[in-house]
Amino acid sequence: MNALFEALLMQAGFNTALVCIGAALLGAAAGGVGTFILLRRRSLASDAAGHATLPGLTAAFIIMAWLTGDGRWMPALMVGAAISAGLGLAAVHALAARTRLPEEAAIGAVLSVFFGAGVVLMTVVQVIGTGGQAGIATYLLGSAAGMLRHEAALIAAMAFATAVAAFLLRRPLTMLCFDEDFAAMNGVAVRWIDLALSALLLAVVVTGLKVVGLVLSVALSIIPPVAARFWTNRVHHMVIVAAAIGATGGYVGAAVSSAAHNLPTGAVIVLTLFTLFIVSLLFAPARGLLAGVWRHQVFRRRVHRRQGLLALARGEAIYDGFTLRVLRSAGWIRRDGVPTQTGRRAAREAARDEALWALHRQRQPGDGAFRYYHRVMPIRAVLPPDVVRDLERQFDLADVAAAREPRRGA
Amino acid sequence: MTNIPDTPGKRTGDEGWALSIQGLTVSYGAQAVVFSVDWRVPRESMSVIVGPNGAGKSTLLKAMLGIIPAVSGEVRIFGQPFASQRDRIAYVPQRASVDWDFPASVFDVVAMGQYRELGWWRRRRAQHRAHVLECLERVGMRDFADRQIGQLSGGQRQRVFMARALAQRADIYVLDEPFAGVDAATERALVEVLRSVVREGATVLCVHHDLATVTEYFQHVLLLNVRRIAAGPVHEVFTEALLQETYGGRLTALQLARMPDQARPTPSETPLAKVS
Repeated sequence: MNALFEALLMQAGFNTALVCIGAALLGAAAGGVGTFILLRRRSLASDAAGHATLPGLTAAFIIMAWLTGDGRWMPALMVGAAISAGLGLAAVHALAARTRLPEEAAIGAVLSVFFGAGVVLMTVVQVIGTGGQAGIATYLLGSAAGMLRHEAALIAAMAFATAVAAFLLRRPLTMLCFDEDFAAMNGVAVRWIDLALSALLLAVVVTGLKVVGLVLSVALSIIPPVAARFWTNRVHHMVIVAAAIGATGGYVGAAVSSAAHNLPTGAVIVLTLFTLFIVSLLFAPARGLLAGVWRHQVFRRRVHRRQGLLALARGEAIYDGFTLRVLRSAGWIRRDGVPTQTGRRAAREAARDEALWALHRQRQPGDGAFRYYHRVMPIRAVLPPDVVRDLERQFDLADVAAAREPRRGA
Repeated sequence: MTNIPDTPGKRTGDEGWALSIQGLTVSYGAQAVVFSVDWRVPRESMSVIVGPNGAGKSTLLKAMLGIIPAVSGEVRIFGQPFASQRDRIAYVPQRASVDWDFPASVFDVVAMGQYRELGWWRRRRAQHRAHVLECLERVGMRDFADRQIGQLSGGQRQRVFMARALAQRADIYVLDEPFAGVDAATERALVEVLRSVVREGATVLCVHHDLATVTEYFQHVLLLNVRRIAAGPVHEVFTEALLQETYGGRLTALQLARMPDQARPTPSETPLAKVS
C-alpha cells in the first residue's frame, strides 16, 4: 500500500516518476486524438491498428535478434509496429473503399489476420530462443514497471509531439469530422487531413505499446473521449476533458502497476479509465444520467403545476395525486382542495400566460421560442420584455373589446 | 426544347454566366445518374434544378462542386476553371447529411464558414466573432448562438446552415433542398435572405422539390431527369408539357392544380407554342 502511495505521489524514485509522467502524456495525447477518431466514427479502426502492430513488432524483434543478438531495443520495435499497423489501416481502408464490404467487416478481418500472423511470429521468437524473448510479451498488455529511463523519455516526447500535432490540426479536423463535403468545399485537404488523423492514431498506438499494450490500446483512445462527451457539448472542451481523463488513467495505471509488479499496466489503465467513464456517465451535469433524471423530474413538476393551475383557473376538479401534491406544497390549495388566495392569483396568471402564448403564436407562427412554450416556460422568461409588453397591450385591448361586446349586444 | 439564349455576339465569353457546365456525366458503377448535362446559370439571379426523385439533382450539384467525381464534363465559374474559383462558392448541403449530435454550438458551426479566412492558425478576432453574429442575425438566430446544435428544430438547423454559408462571403450560393421539411416561417425567412444576397450581387442555385413555389422564388430553371429536359427562364420552360416530360408523365392532377396558372396550358395555345 505504501509503495502505491509513493508511486502515486511521485516519491518512488526518478524512474517511476518519469514513467508516470510519460504515461500521463500518452493518455492526454490519446484522449485528444481519440476525440477526433470518435467524432469521425473510426473508433474500431483504432482497435485494428492496435492489433495490427503485433506482426511488425515481432518481425522487428526477430531481425534485431539476428543482427545484434538482442531484440529489445524499443525504437526499432516501434518502427516495426508502426509499419505493420499502417499496412493494417491501409488494408481496412482499401477493403472498405474498393469492395462492398462494410467497414466493420474489413476491420474484423484485418485485425484477426494481422494478430494471428503476429502470434505465429511470436512462436518463432520462442523457437529461436534469443535473449530477452520474454520482453516481447510485455508489449501485449503493457508493463510500466520494467521500463528503462530512455524508453520512458522517448514515450513522453512522442506523446507530447502527438498532442501538439493534434492541437495544430484541430480546426481542419473538426471541420472534417462535422461535415466532410463542406470541409472539402472550403479548402480542407480532406484526404490529407484524414491521413494525418490516421497517422496521429498510429502515433498514439505505437507510443502506447510499452505502456498500455497493443491489445488494450484501443481503450486509451476511445474511453476518454466517450467519457468526455458527457461533460460538454463543444469539441474544444471535449478535447481538453478527454485529454485530462486520459492523462489521469495513464498516470494512475503506471503508478499502480509500478508499485505492484505483476499487474499489467494496460489493464490497470483500462480499469481506471472505466471508473472515470462510470463517474461521467452518472454525474456529468451536461449529459449524465442523473442530470437527465433530475431535469425530467423538474420538467414533470412544472407540467403538473401548470396543468393544475389551468384547471383551477377553469374551475375544474383535479384528481391527479401528484398534481394535488405539487399545488399543495406550493400553498395554492388547501388540504381539502379549495384554492387559496395566492392559488387563485397564480391560476389567473397561468391562464393569462397561456393566452399570451396563444396570441404570440397567432402573430408569429414559426417562432423558435415555441420550444420553450412546449417546455412550459412562462412567456416572460422567454421573450424580450418589449415583445411581452406589446402582447399584453394587444391582449388587454382584445379583452376589453370582448367585455364590451355582450353589453353592446344586450 | 428551349435553350438558354447566347449572349449576342459574344460566343467565347463565359464570363456572363456565374456558372456553366458542359457535358457533365456522373455515374455510380456503370450506370449514368446524370448524363451529359449542359447548363448555364445567369449571374445575380435565383436558379433552380427541378426533377423527380432519383433524377440526379443532388448528384449534379455535388459533381458540379467537385464533391463527387464526374466521368466527364467541364465546370466553369465566371468563365474561369472551377478549381481556381472554388472559394467563391458557398455550399449548403442537405440537413440530414451531418450528425446533429456533434459537440458544437450554433456559433461554432457558423464560424466554420470562416475557415478559408482563418486557416489552421489565425486567431478568431473580435471582428470575426462579430461577423458570425451578424450572419446569425440575418437568419434570425442570433439569440441561439450558444445553443447546442442538437437542440434545434429542423427549420432552425437550416437557418444555421444558411448562416454558415453567409459567413463565407461567397459569390455563388449553392443549396441542396433548403426548404425540405422546414416550417413556413423559416422558408419565408430563408427566401428573404436569398433574395437579399442576390440584391447584393450574388447568385443563388437551389435544388428544390416543391413545384408550387418554383415560379414565385426562381427566375431560371433546369428540368432534369438524368438528362437535361429543358433549361431557361422559368416563364418559358416551366410548363406542363415539359414538366410531364421531366416527371415521365407521373405528375398528378393535384400537383398540377397547385401550380401557378402560367404553367398550365390554356386551350388556345400550347406551352410549346408559347416558348417559340
